[in-house]
Amino acid sequence: MLSFLLRRLVVAIPTLFVVVTAAFFMMRAAPGNPFSTDRKLPPEIEKNIEAKYGFDKPLVVQYADYVGGVLHGDLGPSLKYRDKSVLQIIQENYRVSLTIGLSAFIISIFAGVSLGVIAALRQNGPLDYMTMGVAILGVCIPTFVTAPLLQLVLGSQLGWLPIASWNGGSLPNLVMPVAVLALPQIAIVSRLTRAGMIEALHSNYVRTARAKGLPEFQIVTRHALRAAILPLVSYLGPAFAGLMTGSLVVERIFGLPGLGKFFVNSALQRDYTVVMGMVIFFATLIIVLNLLADVLYAALDPRVRLA
Amino acid sequence: MSLLTLGARSPETAALMARAVKGRSLWDDARRRLLRNRAAVASMIILGLMVLGAIVGPFLTPYAYDEINKNDVWLAPLTGQHLIGSDSLGRDLLARLFTGLGVSLAIGAVATTVSLVIGVTWGAVAGYFGGVVDEVMMRVVDVLYSLPYIFFVIILMVTFGSNFILLFIALGAVQWLTMARIVRGQTLSLKQKEFIEAARAVGLSRLEIIRRHIVPNLLGPVVVYVTLTIPGVILAESFLSFLGLGVQPPMASLGTLIANGAQDMELAPWLLILPSITMVVTLMCFNFIGDGLRDAIDPQDR
Repeated sequence: MLSFLLRRLVVAIPTLFVVVTAAFFMMRAAPGNPFSTDRKLPPEIEKNIEAKYGFDKPLVVQYADYVGGVLHGDLGPSLKYRDKSVLQIIQENYRVSLTIGLSAFIISIFAGVSLGVIAALRQNGPLDYMTMGVAILGVCIPTFVTAPLLQLVLGSQLGWLPIASWNGGSLPNLVMPVAVLALPQIAIVSRLTRAGMIEALHSNYVRTARAKGLPEFQIVTRHALRAAILPLVSYLGPAFAGLMTGSLVVERIFGLPGLGKFFVNSALQRDYTVVMGMVIFFATLIIVLNLLADVLYAALDPRVRLA
Repeated sequence: MSLLTLGARSPETAALMARAVKGRSLWDDARRRLLRNRAAVASMIILGLMVLGAIVGPFLTPYAYDEINKNDVWLAPLTGQHLIGSDSLGRDLLARLFTGLGVSLAIGAVATTVSLVIGVTWGAVAGYFGGVVDEVMMRVVDVLYSLPYIFFVIILMVTFGSNFILLFIALGAVQWLTMARIVRGQTLSLKQKEFIEAARAVGLSRLEIIRRHIVPNLLGPVVVYVTLTIPGVILAESFLSFLGLGVQPPMASLGTLIANGAQDMELAPWLLILPSITMVVTLMCFNFIGDGLRDAIDPQDR
């Protein structure tokens, strides 16, 4: 188990390093300097600004400074919000993203697994076709289509839910963003679960359990499901990445003051340090989550940790 | 001549025998299975029509996609000169839809080709050479796999400006990872086959073996994955365009059309609904074709 963990860490640390390096050099490769875009500044002021942000030093020194800063948890100052650091911006805005992201994550796993199990138990029945039909739709309808359509129907035509805004995170305001975010993940999770369940239900140990006369419920939950959700565990990392990507659009459409909206706005305003800082932040989250998923997988499946 | 040698047999039997001798290749079988899959066939027909529409459509509509008509603002479908309505600048939605569909499909095709070239080369080389080369190359894939790639595409688009060619390359360059994994796995198993050993015995170089013998035999799984990559790329492009980072106005893609439609959806819901339907139908077609191809080429996978 320990060597397995070590091997995973050996991949995770260079990954982070690649992220930081790629982020830095992409930022520096940008043509022009971020301050010259708005209006012409007197040369001495421009020099002062460049000195303040360290742009006058050689590239290698800048890179070393940046990596050193990141290692200390310092992602640099924002270029547009003059008196804020990137870290402050992340701290001030992560709650909204965390709330909708986590809710969508939990909902998609529970709903997806339930739907997948039901579909597998009724394989090739009408219920199966219905669930899988919904799953295909969920994969094929992008979030930036579902979100405005829901706003149009539930928000403006029927008036059941508020069209947009955060409103302190009250439940009616959360329903649509979370649903939109969760739908594609529900679809994928249910397809994975269905495939895993069908395989597990045809395996020998499930037949043994049946032969022993165990109640069907116990066979499904205790025997089949445990094996069936294994592929799901390795999907947790990508699912999380998918949710983050989705939150870029969802937060923008529903006007939620979260990291996704900030990321897009900063990107459009060319606030490079904020964009880089957030990429590093998101990448770290995804890498840590992938690591946790690997550990979970190893804990659930002895074949992995013994191999 | 064959009829003469067959002597007294009737032409029908001769034809029958000729067919029996010819046999059915793997691809014949696959095509037959694919054509029996109704969802896949329907998808291929719809997609064919869409491609045709994207190519021919812009020449058939009376308006250009970027033609502003001040008197025709926000016309509903079937009310005026515009068959399926017009937008806030009086631009013809049908013309924009054809153009947008074409742009989205083109990006899908080009970016997928980029990902195909990188992925197949990477995977085949890693799988065939094996050992340290394989270890290092696949580690690189692992590392890139755990990155939120869309964020990197966003940075690329921001730093270098939303440039058409860059968009193609950026989207393709981030989509090759799964392809590389699939190809590597296939190559590993192909490597053990006798005909590769024969090629080696004949004295072909390793790169020559990869090019002449490994890559052609990878076709099946690669074709399947290509049909699943195209919708992924179209989706990613539309996603960027929706955020204002992809295709720039007045050019249209399905993503920009949906984004514009979402802004005016209360006044002109058709501007949102029609492009959305087009997008969803396109993605579904590719998915059905991909699933159908997978079942057809590799039936034991089911």
